[in-house]
Amino acid sequence: MSQRLIGLLLDALWETLAMVGVSCFLAALVGIPLGVVLLVTQRGHIAESPLFNRVVGALVNATRSTPFIILMVAIIPLTRLIVGTSIGTWAAAVPLTLAAIPFVARLAEASLREVDPGLIEAAQAMGATPRQIVAKVLIPEALPGIVAGMTITVVSLIGYSAMAGAVGGGGLGDLGIRYGYQRFEGEVMAAVVVVLIVLVSLVQWAGDRLARQLNKRLTAKQAAAI
Amino acid sequence: MISIQNLRKLFPGPDGPVTVLNGISLEIAQGETFGIIGRSGAGKSTLVRCVNMLERPTTGNIRVAAREMTTLNGAALGEARRGIGMIFQHFNLLSSRTAAQNIALPLELIGHPRGEIARRVDEMLALVGLSERRDAYPAQLSGGQKQRVGIARALATKPSVLLCDEATSALDPETTKQILALLKEINRSLGLTIMLITHEMEVVREVADRVAVLDHGEVVESGRVFDVFTDPRHPVSRSFVGEVLNRELPEALASRMHQSPSSAEHLVFRIIFTGPSANQPIVSEMVRRFGLSFNILQGHVDYIQGSPYGTLTVEASGTEQAKQSALDFLRLNNLKVEILGRVPATDRAVA
Ligand SMILES: Nc1ncnc2c1ncn2[C@@H]1O[C@H](COP(=O)(O)OP(=O)(O)OP(=O)(O)O)[C@@H](O)[C@H]1O
Ligand SMILES: [Mg+2]
Repeated sequence: MSQRLIGLLLDALWETLAMVGVSCFLAALVGIPLGVVLLVTQRGHIAESPLFNRVVGALVNATRSTPFIILMVAIIPLTRLIVGTSIGTWAAAVPLTLAAIPFVARLAEASLREVDPGLIEAAQAMGATPRQIVAKVLIPEALPGIVAGMTITVVSLIGYSAMAGAVGGGGLGDLGIRYGYQRFEGEVMAAVVVVLIVLVSLVQWAGDRLARQLNKRLTAKQAAAI
Repeated sequence: MISIQNLRKLFPGPDGPVTVLNGISLEIAQGETFGIIGRSGAGKSTLVRCVNMLERPTTGNIRVAAREMTTLNGAALGEARRGIGMIFQHFNLLSSRTAAQNIALPLELIGHPRGEIARRVDEMLALVGLSERRDAYPAQLSGGQKQRVGIARALATKPSVLLCDEATSALDPETTKQILALLKEINRSLGLTIMLITHEMEVVREVADRVAVLDHGEVVESGRVFDVFTDPRHPVSRSFVGEVLNRELPEALASRMHQSPSSAEHLVFRIIFTGPSANQPIVSEMVRRFGLSFNILQGHVDYIQGSPYGTLTVEASGTEQAKQSALDFLRLNNLKVEILGRVPATDRAVA
């Protein structure tokens, strides 16, 4: 492999990692609390507020159902406001984050919902406040599921980040398209695909491993069998 | 310690509200172990959950340690709940925390300093005999061990009341005995008031001082466990007692028996010993005195709250006068006698 190709790949890899890393971090920061809110404000839950729940739920669904390409273009003014430009790696991170937030929120909500209601009840019987129930019961108990959800998010974001290349975000996807497709350099295309496969596999492996370590619901024997 | 007055609880149903608790009144004294028994759907869980306001009563009053619970909300309710421990059928332990960390949870909620929590957790682990398993996760513990953690967690904040909702229903009989023994010991050593929900009369017999029988949302009978056991009044209580004390007559005997009095036939009766009389040789004395021939058909001795309770079903032959004197003698000695019927003499050779 030529020196030039390695240089190109490293630059693109860095851009992808930057885009995905930043948007993933921000999406978790907003999305996980949003998932908590979506759950606990439901009717009959610890902080019920059905109207609020419906409004937030509708917003989340609307964002989720907008195709990424359209979302990316539609929020260009917002991107400019935040990053100062609508072009480049950091600019691409804005639509990626925005698309990932509702995704993370729904995945987190689903994991939180799986927590045994008996645990919430036990905490209530101890005099826990709703805030304490979230912090001490819901999130710790749902953590393996939330980690699994974040793994899915990272993998999806790696895919979406290729599309963000279209607005000059750079990254591996962009490299593959520019060299491999537009300039007919099949070698670059192949190298990009290999790097992506390795990257996704690594993320999945690390995510699975972490989720397994956090999951204390399994006995040692069951854990070993997985 | 717990005073429930005229408690009613309605749940919304598809065809209008359903009354699940209908005018329950109970007084549970300080240091008492009070059992509540009933069939599935009788409203037991709803009743116990009303005590700590996990379920809001529709009407009625509940006082725990002289504090009216029904008007409490927010922080005041949280504070009151800390004085009421609760354990559950399925333990409800956090899977992400070790035994010790589970016990620490209620203390963390109050914001106790770390050192104090650690000390209290060690104390509680020792109390329930789980010091060696302190770092095990619930998935690594047996059912009985999980319930021990549940008990330790419930008692960590030094409550004066412990609510148990079917706390042994998920455990095998041997483990049930151990957990009940632990509850009894805690009740004695800490002076804890225990309200215990169950559908097993065996559990009531093992630990409760008094019992209330709940049926369709109403208390149909209540009293000292010994009294309800030895003299159940309501059909539901009778069937519960019957499950534990085997009082059914053998089929073969029941089919031969009839009620018409005739001196030529043998008298079948049941002698019931309770308390101290169970330890005295009154029956042998009776046989000697009145020259009756005697055939023992069935006999049991059970222990209820540490008092023996025995039944002896016998078939007696002899002169009618001897039989009558024998029955009088038994009654004079404070034994209860139930005449069950007569069987034809020819059917059976009597020793
Ligand atoms: N949240 C609820 N909404 C509607 N109905 C309820 C609710 N909780 C309980 N019920 C009804 O109230 C009745 C009593 O329920 P409860 O759980 O108190 O019975 P239980 O005596 O504890 O029975 P089990 O032995 O099966 O636990 C049942 O008919 C049940 O369907
Ligand atoms: Mg129940």
